[in-house]
Amino acid sequence: MDPTQTTLIDLRDAIAAGKLSATDATQTYLDRIAKFNPTLNAFREVIAEPALKKAKAVDTGEVTGKLAGVPIAIKDCMCHTEGTTACSSKMLEHYRSPFTATAIAKLEAEGAVILGKTNMDEFAMGSSTENSAFGVSKNPWDNDRVPGGSSGGSSAAMAADLAAATLGSDTGGSIRQPASITGIVGFKPTYGRISRWGLVAFASSLDQIGTFSHTVADTALLSQIMFGKDPRDSTSADIAVPDDLHDVDAPLQTDGPLRIGIAKQYLQEGANTPAVTAAFEQALEVYKSQGAEIVEVDLPHTEYGIPCYYIVATAECSSNLARYDGVHYGHRTQTPAPAGENPIMHLYCQSRAEGFGAEVKRRIVLGTYALSSGYDEKYYDLALRTRRLIARDFDQSFEKCDAILCPTTTGPAFKIGEKADDPLAMYMNDIYTVTANLAGIPGISLPGGFEEVDGKQLPVGIQLLGKAFDEQRLLRIARLYERETNHWQQRPGLH
Amino acid sequence: MPHPISEQTIREVAKLARLNLTDDEAGLFASQLGDVLGAIDQIKQLELDDVKPMPHALDQTNVLRTDEEAAGMDVDAALSNSPDRDGTFFKVPKVLGDGGGA
Repeated sequence: MDPTQTTLIDLRDAIAAGKLSATDATQTYLDRIAKFNPTLNAFREVIAEPALKKAKAVDTGEVTGKLAGVPIAIKDCMCHTEGTTACSSKMLEHYRSPFTATAIAKLEAEGAVILGKTNMDEFAMGSSTENSAFGVSKNPWDNDRVPGGSSGGSSAAMAADLAAATLGSDTGGSIRQPASITGIVGFKPTYGRISRWGLVAFASSLDQIGTFSHTVADTALLSQIMFGKDPRDSTSADIAVPDDLHDVDAPLQTDGPLRIGIAKQYLQEGANTPAVTAAFEQALEVYKSQGAEIVEVDLPHTEYGIPCYYIVATAECSSNLARYDGVHYGHRTQTPAPAGENPIMHLYCQSRAEGFGAEVKRRIVLGTYALSSGYDEKYYDLALRTRRLIARDFDQSFEKCDAILCPTTTGPAFKIGEKADDPLAMYMNDIYTVTANLAGIPGISLPGGFEEVDGKQLPVGIQLLGKAFDEQRLLRIARLYERETNHWQQRPGLH
Repeated sequence: MPHPISEQTIREVAKLARLNLTDDEAGLFASQLGDVLGAIDQIKQLELDDVKPMPHALDQTNVLRTDEEAAGMDVDAALSNSPDRDGTFFKVPKVLGDGGGA
C-alpha cells in the first residue's frame, strides 16, 4: 500500500498489522515532502533524522500506542525539542525549545512520528501564510492561490498528503478557514479542551490547538488523545472527556430528532459565492434526508465579531509579544545605540523592529493603542462587552438546536498577493469563524465541494458549530454528513 | 468610516510598545490602522452599559493546585537560547550611566 494515499486510521492499522513498517511509511512521506515541498513550501523545517529514529523504535517494538508509526506534522508555533520552533518569524528563527508542548508530547507518547514544522503566518497572525518570514505556502489545488492561514502550511501539507495528519492552532479561524479552502477536515475544539502549554501565545483567551485530517474519524482519534486537563495550563478545562469520543459512527444521543440550526447572518444576499451556497444547501439536504429538523436561529451580533475580535486579539497579542525583548531568547540587534539613546531601550526597540514582520508590528501597535490610557474604555472594555453578547447569541441558539450549519468562508482560496496590501480586507476573511473563538465554542470545517475558477477546481467548505464541551455530538453530526458525501475523497493532482 | 490617526500617535504608541518604526512604516500604519479603527467603531453603536465584560471564554478564577515541590527546568536549558549570557545570568548592555536612566 502507499501510506500517503489512505487515512490516518487505516495507515495506523496497516502498520500495526505488519503490512508495512513504520520506517517505510515515514520514509515514503519524507520522499514525498522532498518532491513536493520545494513547490508548496508547506514545511518550514523537516526533521528527518529524529522522525526515522522514532519510526525505527516503533518497528523494534520499543514504542507502541494508538498512533504507533503514524507520521504527523506540527505547526511551527508548537514547542518541540527537535529542530527549531520559529513561529515562522525572524524573531525565533534559531529558537530551540527546551521542552515539548503537552499536546505534542501526548501524540508522541502514543507513538506518533513528528515529521517537521509547518509554515504559518508569523506568530499566527494572518489568513494566507503571506506573513511568514519564510515565504508563502501554496494551495495544492492551484499554486497561484493561498492555502489559507494562519495554519496554511499545515493545510497545504495535509491536502497534498505530506503527512497523515497535521496540527494547527485557531485563534480566529486559523484552522477552519485553511481547511475549507484546501478541501480537508479542520477542527477547533472548545477553548480549554487541549492544553496550550507549549503553544506559543498569540491571544491567550482565544488560542486553541486543533487538527487537520481527511476524515472526521481521524480527527476524533487525535482529539481523544490530546483532550484533557493539563496541570501546566490553568486555562485547560477540568471537564471529563468521553471515552468513546473517537467513535464517530456511534448513534447520536438526542431527545427528539436531530436539530440543525441555520442563521440568516451567514446567508446574506450576495455574501457567498455560488459554490459556497450550493455546498451549504447540499449539507442541509443531507441532514433533512436523515430526518433532521431545520431550526432557524438568530445570531444578531455576528456583524460585530470582526471589530470585537480585532480589539481583543490585538490587545492580547501586544501583551503576549512583549516578552520578545532581545534579552532572554530570540533575535537581538547587533546595532549599537545611537549617541544619546539609552542602550537598553535601543536593544528592546531595535531587536523588535528587526525581528518582527509588518503584520505583527501592525497588531502590536493596534493592541497597544486599544489598551493605552484614555482609549482602553473606548475599545478594549467595549469589545469585552460585545464579546458577551456574541457568546449569549450562541447560548440562546443552542437551546433550540444541536449544531449550527453555516459556511466556513464566503468563497474559495484567493490569489497570492490579492489582499496582501489591505489589512481590513484580509481581516474580513474571518467573518464566519471569529465568533466561535470569542464564545469559546467548538467548530469544524468539512469538505463541501468545489468551485471552478479559471479552469481550476477550488475547494469550499461547510462549517458546523457546536455547544461548548460537547465535541462528541458535533463530531458525530459531522460524520453523518461525511458519510453521505464524497468531497473528502477528492485530491489535488500534484505533479 | 475612516478614523483619522496621526503618524505622531502611531510613533507614541510604538514607543510604549518598545518598537522602532521606520518613517515609511509609521505613515503606512497611520493610514491602515485608521481604516481598521473606522471599522471597529461599529461596536460603539451597541447598547453596552448593562452588559458585563467577558475577558475569557471559561468562567473560572483562582485555579489552585497543592503546593508540592516539583522539578523545574535546568538552568542551562533555560538559558540555552539567550543571545548573550554570563554564567547563570542574562547579559545586556550597560543600563545606567551614559545615555541616562530608562
